[in-house]
Amino acid sequence: MDISDRNIKMWSTIGSRATFGLAALELAKEIDNLMVLTCDVSTSAGLDRFRKTYPNKYLDLGIAEQNMIGVAAGLASENFNVITTTFAPFQSIRCCEQIKVNIGYMKQKVCMVGIASGLALGTLGFTHCCIEDVGILRTIPGITIISPADSLETVKAIEAAVKSENSSYIRLTGSSNNPIVYNKDYKFEIGKSITLKEGKDITIFCAGAMVYKSLEAAKILDKKNISTKVVNMHTIKPIDTNAIRDACNSKLIVSIEEHNIIGGLGSAIAEYKSSLKESPKQLILGIKDTYSKGGSYKFLEEKHRLIPEKIVEDIVKKID
Amino acid sequence: MEKNENIKKIENFALAVRKNILEMAVSAGASSAHFGGALSITEIVSTLFAHQMKIDKKNPSWEERDRFILSKGHACLAYYGALCEIGYISKQELQTFEKNDTNLLGHPVINRKLGIDFSNGSLGMGLSLGIGVAISSKRKNKEFNVYVIVGDGECNEGSVWEAAMAAPNFKLNNLYVIVDKNNFQQTGSNKEIMNVENLKDKWSSFGWDTTELNGHNIKELYNYFQESQKIMKPKAIIANTVKGKGFSFSENNNDWHHSVLTKSFYEKALKELLKN
Repeated sequence: MDISDRNIKMWSTIGSRATFGLAALELAKEIDNLMVLTCDVSTSAGLDRFRKTYPNKYLDLGIAEQNMIGVAAGLASENFNVITTTFAPFQSIRCCEQIKVNIGYMKQKVCMVGIASGLALGTLGFTHCCIEDVGILRTIPGITIISPADSLETVKAIEAAVKSENSSYIRLTGSSNNPIVYNKDYKFEIGKSITLKEGKDITIFCAGAMVYKSLEAAKILDKKNISTKVVNMHTIKPIDTNAIRDACNSKLIVSIEEHNIIGGLGSAIAEYKSSLKESPKQLILGIKDTYSKGGSYKFLEEKHRLIPEKIVEDIVKKID
Repeated sequence: MEKNENIKKIENFALAVRKNILEMAVSAGASSAHFGGALSITEIVSTLFAHQMKIDKKNPSWEERDRFILSKGHACLAYYGALCEIGYISKQELQTFEKNDTNLLGHPVINRKLGIDFSNGSLGMGLSLGIGVAISSKRKNKEFNVYVIVGDGECNEGSVWEAAMAAPNFKLNNLYVIVDKNNFQQTGSNKEIMNVENLKDKWSSFGWDTTELNGHNIKELYNYFQESQKIMKPKAIIANTVKGKGFSFSENNNDWHHSVLTKSFYEKALKELLKN
């Protein structure tokens, strides 16, 4: 794809979902055996153009996610390179056992894209928000989990996942007009985190829409003389253990995710950290194992203390 | 004449499959085997493997082969038994059924060398796989058919009906589903547990070409498969069968859903098999 300033701005404006649709359109040009499957969400996933341009590479399974995963696995067994997509709760939880058996156990290679994960659909309630997907899918062996930081990283992650031999779940967070983390091309590698900002006192590990928020929080922390390193842990599984070991020089490790504090990025880091002889304390920020009342994305981020000012407050409190 | 010979061949195949089922079940010993539901599909599986399906006995991965999916994966004794008769699984390997580190667990695990194209066991998933495979046959301009066996109890699963709705939508005339209607599920009859009556009407109403036949009558199965190739819809066969078919002690006796075939029952069964 043409990673120009103009496109990066455009992708940010349209958001990660619509960017995914454009990425699929580009991939179809070069990947002959690509097949994109949806469950009556082509518009939401930015796939209208794809549907019209590549009718032979597109299947709509209707509102039937369990069937979609089975069909995807059947196609994969015949060497199609399959992407499935629908809203995150339905892409991950509704068809969870089909994912386990067909993609995990049977190892049929599928790239699953969960759109509008996290709190983005807060006005629609917690049927449509998704704070559980990483925790649930992380327990299924053989599935790579990626949570891109912005629209450009969405493009990079989709391409890497489709070209990888392993199955993957790509968790898209944020909405349209999402802030740009990467304003120029960079090297993206599954499983290798990216340090976006150096700092010697504390290390923040973050993923998805929380990356930008973490960078903003780090600016405030630096001003408070808390030198903060920010690491984009775009791949939650397999987790980048080298980066966690490096972070053990910090006084505190913080994980920030738009996900339940149980089972997600924070848990993945803690699981590895527990095997180390010496490591600093960890502050796990995220949704505190609760279904709150709904509301706008902005409202919910604030309510769950996932905005820079609140993140700073929580970190300062922990350090004190 | 050719037809009679073919039917005779299938009958002999079915006899050998039943014998293989006994051998595996007795070797499994105390770990138990899903006996009843394997015996109810023996003639169906035999008709498919001995005659109906295009297969290459030397190459289980032959690209043009017809695909087979045992959605009611617990009936794998019949599947393994048939793969043994084809020559993909050896008699010795059958003896490893349900043993530690085996390739032949109590539900099929994908193993292309042995002719097992999919892992199955969790009910309600096989037909969706079949749709994916049937679509790939169409999109690649291949001619192979896809045969999926589901259980009547399995039809309790909602995902079966998601798939049932989708197949006619994609005009998959290369897809067959055979419903093994043996009238029982794990803990009782369908009527007691979850009524799945009028299966023919149900599948028809979802847009399938639907036929009801005797799933143990090889001639009926043979004729149906011969004639149905021309039908331009996905095809559902409601196969009326007897759970535990073939042995006096197990027929319509749901205690044999999943049980231990002791040496004495094995010998009794073997005698009955050879007598017929």
